Amino acid sequence: MSTEELKNLQSNKIVDARGTACPGPLLAAKKAIGEISSGEIMEIYSSDEGTKNDIPKWCQKMSHEFLGIVEEDSYSRLFLRKA
Amino acid sequence: MGTDIESQLAELKKQVSQLKEGTKDQLSMVVFSGDLDKVLAALIISTGAAAYDMKVKLFFTFWAISALRDPAKSAKGKNMIEKMFGWMLPRGASRLTLSKMHMAGMGSAMIRGIMKKHKVASLPEMLKTAAELGVEINICEMSMNLMGFKKEEMIDYPNLTICGVATFLSDAQESKIQLFI
Repeated sequence: MSTEELKNLQSNKIVDARGTACPGPLLAAKKAIGEISSGEIMEIYSSDEGTKNDIPKWCQKMSHEFLGIVEEDSYSRLFLRKA
Repeated sequence: MGTDIESQLAELKKQVSQLKEGTKDQLSMVVFSGDLDKVLAALIISTGAAAYDMKVKLFFTFWAISALRDPAKSAKGKNMIEKMFGWMLPRGASRLTLSKMHMAGMGSAMIRGIMKKHKVASLPEMLKTAAELGVEINICEMSMNLMGFKKEEMIDYPNLTICGVATFLSDAQESKIQLFI
């Protein structure tokens, strides 16, 4: 998805993991994914650089669809659709 | 002919199920070191694996057992040597020291400060998270006996079992990942 498309997405859940270090964002994502239904969209805020590599890999393993990343000033927004 | 195929099929099914057994989505880890940095690494990998929906089984042995001591608890009926071990080894996860740059306590204190600053969870916090994620902890009975540790002085942890090497081996055998830290 393009940055524009991602920005227009309506997320069903936002996980704010900014400020936490590895494995914080991953654990936060794992916890939150249980709270949404299949097909819904989740957004993860992370200021941890490694998360940008970790979350796509995690999605692949868990069969969630990774939609892309929107960069903000001091953090990243990672989008995914639950399998 | 029919029974021949059936028996071949049964044999194949058995072999396939054995193959599946050998590659469970499971992580088995021996946690041997009682160093702060190494136990932290073990717990980061464990909780990460749990986030991957892997079953995680930790086998705590030797020095690592200190990380599971509850500083508020004590055990009765220890002999002199067992008591000495108790005094000399760290009383719990928050007392472990670095494997390098401990510098008579300065380095270890400093790293705790830095971890806090970078919002890295402390060892006791990581253990709590591990418990919530269902990470299993097995403690080596032989090491417990050697060091005179008793189960009643270990932390309250939902999946804590005292066992022997056979438990580790059977867990490790069916795990995709096996590690030693």
